[in-house]
Amino acid sequence: MNKPAHSLGGADAPATESDSVAGGNAGPHTVDAVLRESQVETVLSDLDRDLIGLAPIKARIRDIAALLVVDRLRLRLGLQAQSPSLHMSFTGNPGTGKTTVAMRMAEILHRLDYVRKGHLIAVTRDDLVGQYIGHTAPKTKEVLKKAMGGVLFIDEAYYLYRPENERDYGQEAIEILLQVMENQRDDLVVILAGYKNRMDTFFQSNPGLSSRIAHHLDFPDYSREELGEIADRMLATMNYRFGNGSREVFDDYLARRLKLPHFANARSVRNALDRMRLRQASRLFADRYRELTEIDLTTIEPPDILASRVFTDA
Amino acid sequence: MTTKTGIRLTQGQFSYLPDLTDQQITAQVEYALKNSWAVGIEYTDDPHPRNTYWEMFGNPMFDLKDPAGILMEINNCRKTFPSYYIRVTAFDATRGVESPKMSYIVNRPAKEPGFGLARQEVDGRSIRYRISSYATDKPEGERY
Repeated sequence: MNKPAHSLGGADAPATESDSVAGGNAGPHTVDAVLRESQVETVLSDLDRDLIGLAPIKARIRDIAALLVVDRLRLRLGLQAQSPSLHMSFTGNPGTGKTTVAMRMAEILHRLDYVRKGHLIAVTRDDLVGQYIGHTAPKTKEVLKKAMGGVLFIDEAYYLYRPENERDYGQEAIEILLQVMENQRDDLVVILAGYKNRMDTFFQSNPGLSSRIAHHLDFPDYSREELGEIADRMLATMNYRFGNGSREVFDDYLARRLKLPHFANARSVRNALDRMRLRQASRLFADRYRELTEIDLTTIEPPDILASRVFTDA
Repeated sequence: MTTKTGIRLTQGQFSYLPDLTDQQITAQVEYALKNSWAVGIEYTDDPHPRNTYWEMFGNPMFDLKDPAGILMEINNCRKTFPSYYIRVTAFDATRGVESPKMSYIVNRPAKEPGFGLARQEVDGRSIRYRISSYATDKPEGERY
């Protein structure tokens, strides 16, 4: 090949940029300056405000945010450090906010410039594993390519590995995943999520995966008070409110519901609220000729809650 | 075609410039993604200018947000076909446009023999010209 007669500007750009970094004074020097520049604080305070409970999760997210802020300050002084591995696993019972936090995580990491685009791709086994030989690798790679620059959220990750079938293609997907998690950790963050005990067995049978995940976050169950608060929030976003005495009845409902099997935390609360809305609607529907005010239309009355199966069965 | 016979193939964008670095390719892909064009990777070992349909390396990549995934695939293609021509195209699916908006070479054989010109005398002593790459004298897959 002949020698290039002229060179593109882009080829020289990185050299000049690193010069200015070495030169020193450009850019923020305090944590406060980085925080102001990245506006990560608004995300963190949104997280505190919007999500009830989850204290250990919030603490860990703060730690990660702190590390990334400090890393940015170090970078200004030319103190290179390998970018930290931020792959995570979220374990916890159903309805404890794993997906919600994952969405927030994408935004936080984007604000901190850790991921370039800050989008979240949520997938399950079906999106990664193919149906016949040679189908899995392209499928998994396709998903990984889409997730580059953002966060890949694999829900119910333990389904990827099926020990009962040794020819299962899930193993192939895991291998490709591992390779990309290791080699391109600047390009994407992988979050695996699932129920605690099944994820534990999953990690036991895939030690390579477990060791490549730096943050194992365990989502605690919500207390009754927290669930009540969550219900208040949910109702407010749906433009409803608890009427006189309804809140106490709902607390009673939660206490009874918590003892029953298959309680799915916030998700059960949402379902309960949806059923209350149905009962409220049919209560109003029965009064055919009554003129309904805004208060009528937005209020959940105690009978709407008391009609639940939870009360009749006991 | 080539700027000087036997030196470098010039097809598509940036072909008179030195080869793009990965960083520059990333910037170009970023531009294509910003315009929501679908980026595809194609390869061939027949550099004739009228050979417009190159082989696709995998499917065109829709719904991507970041160039890293495409660069990964370009490198895959380079590894599979180190001595082929590889180009990156960006397809604009807008109604009424529906055609590639970008196309540039990201990989080329180490040695490009260039094109030969053949003259053919036809009726009335007119001359017809035909060009073909010296590389295509050999069968597919053995050219570079």
